[in-house]
Amino acid sequence: MKASWLKWAIPAAVVPVLLLLAYGFKTNPHDIPSPLLNRPAAAFSLTTFSGAPISLESLRGSVVVLNFWASWCVPACYDEAPALERTWREYKDKGVTVVGVDVQDKEEAAREFLAKFNHSFPNAPDPKGRVSVDYGVYGVPETFFIDRQGRVRFKVVGGLTDETARHHLDALLKEPS
Amino acid sequence: MRRGWAGAAAVIALTAVAAWAAPSTRPPSTGPVDEQVVHEVASQLRCVVCQSLSVADSPSETANQMRAIIRERLAAGENPEQVRAYFVAKYGDWILLSPPRSGFTLLVWVVPFVGLGIGLVLVAVAVRRWSRAPQAAAPSQIDPAVRERIRREMSQMDKP
Amino acid sequence: MIPELGYGATVAALVLALWGAAAAVMSARSGSAALLRSGERAAVGAFALITACIALMLYAFLTFDFSIQYVAINTNRGTPFYYRITALWGALEGSIVLWSWMLSIYTLIVVFQYRRRQPELYPWVLSVMLGILAFFLLVMTIPAPPFERLTPIPPDGRGLNPLLQDSGMITHPVALYLGFTGFTVPFAFAMAALIVGRTGEEWITITRRWTIIAWYFLSLGLLIGGWWSYHVLGWGGYWAWDPVENAAFMPWLTATAFLHSVMVQERRRMLKLWNLSLIILTFGLTIFGTFLTRSGIIGSVHSFTQGSIGIFFLGFLALALLGSFSLLASRMERLRAEGVLDSVVSRESMFLLNNLFLVAAAFTVFFGTVFPLLSEAVRGVKISVGAPFFNLVNIPVFLSLLFLMGVGPLIAWRRASAENLKRNFLKPVLAGFVAAAALRAVGVANGLVLTAMGLVVFVASTIALDLFRAVRARRRSGDGWSAATWGLLLRQNRRYGGFIVHLGILVVALGVAGSQAWSVQKEVTLDRGQSAELAGYHVRFDGLSASEESNHAKVTGAFTVTNGGAGGDVLHPAKKFYPQDQSPIAAVDYRLGFFEDIYVVLGDFANDGSHATIKVQVNRMVSWLWMGGFVLTLGAALAILPDARRTA
Repeated sequence: MKASWLKWAIPAAVVPVLLLLAYGFKTNPHDIPSPLLNRPAAAFSLTTFSGAPISLESLRGSVVVLNFWASWCVPACYDEAPALERTWREYKDKGVTVVGVDVQDKEEAAREFLAKFNHSFPNAPDPKGRVSVDYGVYGVPETFFIDRQGRVRFKVVGGLTDETARHHLDALLKEPS
Repeated sequence: MRRGWAGAAAVIALTAVAAWAAPSTRPPSTGPVDEQVVHEVASQLRCVVCQSLSVADSPSETANQMRAIIRERLAAGENPEQVRAYFVAKYGDWILLSPPRSGFTLLVWVVPFVGLGIGLVLVAVAVRRWSRAPQAAAPSQIDPAVRERIRREMSQMDKP
Repeated sequence: MIPELGYGATVAALVLALWGAAAAVMSARSGSAALLRSGERAAVGAFALITACIALMLYAFLTFDFSIQYVAINTNRGTPFYYRITALWGALEGSIVLWSWMLSIYTLIVVFQYRRRQPELYPWVLSVMLGILAFFLLVMTIPAPPFERLTPIPPDGRGLNPLLQDSGMITHPVALYLGFTGFTVPFAFAMAALIVGRTGEEWITITRRWTIIAWYFLSLGLLIGGWWSYHVLGWGGYWAWDPVENAAFMPWLTATAFLHSVMVQERRRMLKLWNLSLIILTFGLTIFGTFLTRSGIIGSVHSFTQGSIGIFFLGFLALALLGSFSLLASRMERLRAEGVLDSVVSRESMFLLNNLFLVAAAFTVFFGTVFPLLSEAVRGVKISVGAPFFNLVNIPVFLSLLFLMGVGPLIAWRRASAENLKRNFLKPVLAGFVAAAALRAVGVANGLVLTAMGLVVFVASTIALDLFRAVRARRRSGDGWSAATWGLLLRQNRRYGGFIVHLGILVVALGVAGSQAWSVQKEVTLDRGQSAELAGYHVRFDGLSASEESNHAKVTGAFTVTNGGAGGDVLHPAKKFYPQDQSPIAAVDYRLGFFEDIYVVLGDFANDGSHATIKVQVNRMVSWLWMGGFVLTLGAALAILPDARRTA
């Protein structure tokens, strides 16, 4: 007699599994949260494509937008490049520096990319990937927003838009130095 | 005194020649680091590009660079645990191919074995129940000769 | 023109499939032969329309019709001819078309085979199959239409993913899908049996060959996938426990369990509920596998895409599982075992254990695959579960299965006497121990390898012993050795087909054990003219050359490989630079051997060719995996032969 309702346990057992799978739609397996948030940003010391040295240390005191890109990163890096340049032009007098880091790229392809978008902010290659790994970069493009005290505050995975950049920069600029 | 200056000049000259001749982008192929250890640490980390391969196995550029970093850090004196911790600090627990055997993730290690154990118990119970069944049926009255013939024929059926 | 025709054909096929399913159900309930015939004609019509879709797509590929988005994304003007054909199933939309087409072919075969032979079950089988076909056609219509237009029309397409431009790409999806869709037939018969109330052995006997064929193609698909991974991906491995690999492996595990447990139902009329559950689970896992590959909920190198398609598949999965398990629950009273077990030491018990281990392995793989999702849902933290976990948990299970593979076929049904055990197993057990001891003496210290090898010899000995005794018995009636052997194999083709399949699995197991235990590798940077040594092979870097292919640029290295002074062979690992793709793709070069392969991957190099970094591997026993596949083919072919006339 006990079997009469117990048998419905079989189809019922399927339900939690289906719910778990449905939960999967809300998450993005490629969107892995960064453990670097609110921690001091890793120091870096690179040489830009124009030969000048650039380091995080030298930028202490301004808000830094650190963008990782590559010329082979189609289409996302190409889509966001104009937005980065616009953001730089709008905010450079407000105490914000945009720095681009080129990963796993060939020099001529990278220079072509820079010329195509007329980037006026400093860009440097990361030849051995040390900086990429230091920032836990999974792929490109990824952009980090670093506050005046040198802490990583936001991370944007995928193409950056003007709105997102403005949103984060306005928030960081409001904070006291 | 003169020999010292000549010696110093020779050393400088030789160093200059060596620096000029050495290819600039050569990765170190030998060093104080045991490649086995590099391989071991790399095989515990997940390649972020290939997703299901370890850093040791993956042929991707990112994995190459990560292996170089592992080598560098080991050469600088860190032990494998510290190198792993560095990557976890940068990428999160996700970078480890095997979830840590503590806390919630201990579950993934334990559940399969527990499940197997429960399964074995269920099979044992089922076997016992199915073997006990013949006692429930009342033995019917069959002519012994017929029963003997049935037994004989059934035992022949079992031969492969 | 083509997009409109194609879309129209898809919608028409969907309508026909829906109507056919409905007509079949109505005919089953009313007994109307006219409705049934209408349903059959709908099945034929759906097949014809889907074939037309495929013809249209092929035409578009072959004429570089980039006005169709699917063509533009998956080919370009440089794509070689045969890859333009296989690009048909190279991406999401096309794969659904292929699946639907196979399903429609299987439905037609069912129509022609069973319309006269199984009048009671047949209408329900037809309706279930057409219903499933309708779902895939629905996917083709709404979330993944293959005939989307692309405006403006690009001058050139993007191109097929370079990793897919390989011979494995031609066969792997086809074999895999033949396997997946093949399980629809036993599932449909199971549903029909439940609905009609004929829950005996009938549905199993009818679908026996279908199950073996589907199982075979799934096994083949998995092995070809391993081969593709090995010779294309450049890491020297054949299985990474990637979520999508797991998704194909799980139905294989439950299907293997099903293949065995039905034998218990056929002989002893037990395990009815279990067998029905297993086929439902197997079918459900094939849908789950498709869901996993296409929904993007679990990250994988295989994943096709995201979008709303995942919701469609999850919905269908829910409907199929809840519906079939509820049907099962409602018919529970008819599923009582009619037989009993006589002894724990019997073939029945061995089959039960076999099923336990296979299902436990399937559960483990499932749990490990979805655990990251669970961890995120519960703790909000992302973790990953990789190869070390799956290997740790599955190895003891697979070793146990090896053992059962030796014991099962020879132990007696119902009750194995001590004499039966001794007669069948004493020599093989001894052989196993001797083999392990011999390996130990030669220097093999790895406990797992010794156990695996000992078990393999044990199982091989049981097969050899049984075969020898049976052939010897036949010879008593006057046949020569070969006539006796052939006669035996053909007469008892089910049994010996199964043995040969087991032998194939043994060969694969040897390959897995050997390659995991004995392969070596080394990463080294060489100047031009410099050599590296690994396991007796000397690899000398001779230089680099650059070339332009039809759709990519290539840098090829030349490496002379010598082994013990014998003539040098030149290997040409390369790096291919495809314009549409990010990092360069490594093209491995290798020489396959019976016992070991030499395998070289090109890593970094200096542009002037002065030095290059390579990864050299000497992979042992990997060829045994592919050889095992051939043996499996022979065994499966033998097992599905039509039954020879038997004397009583």
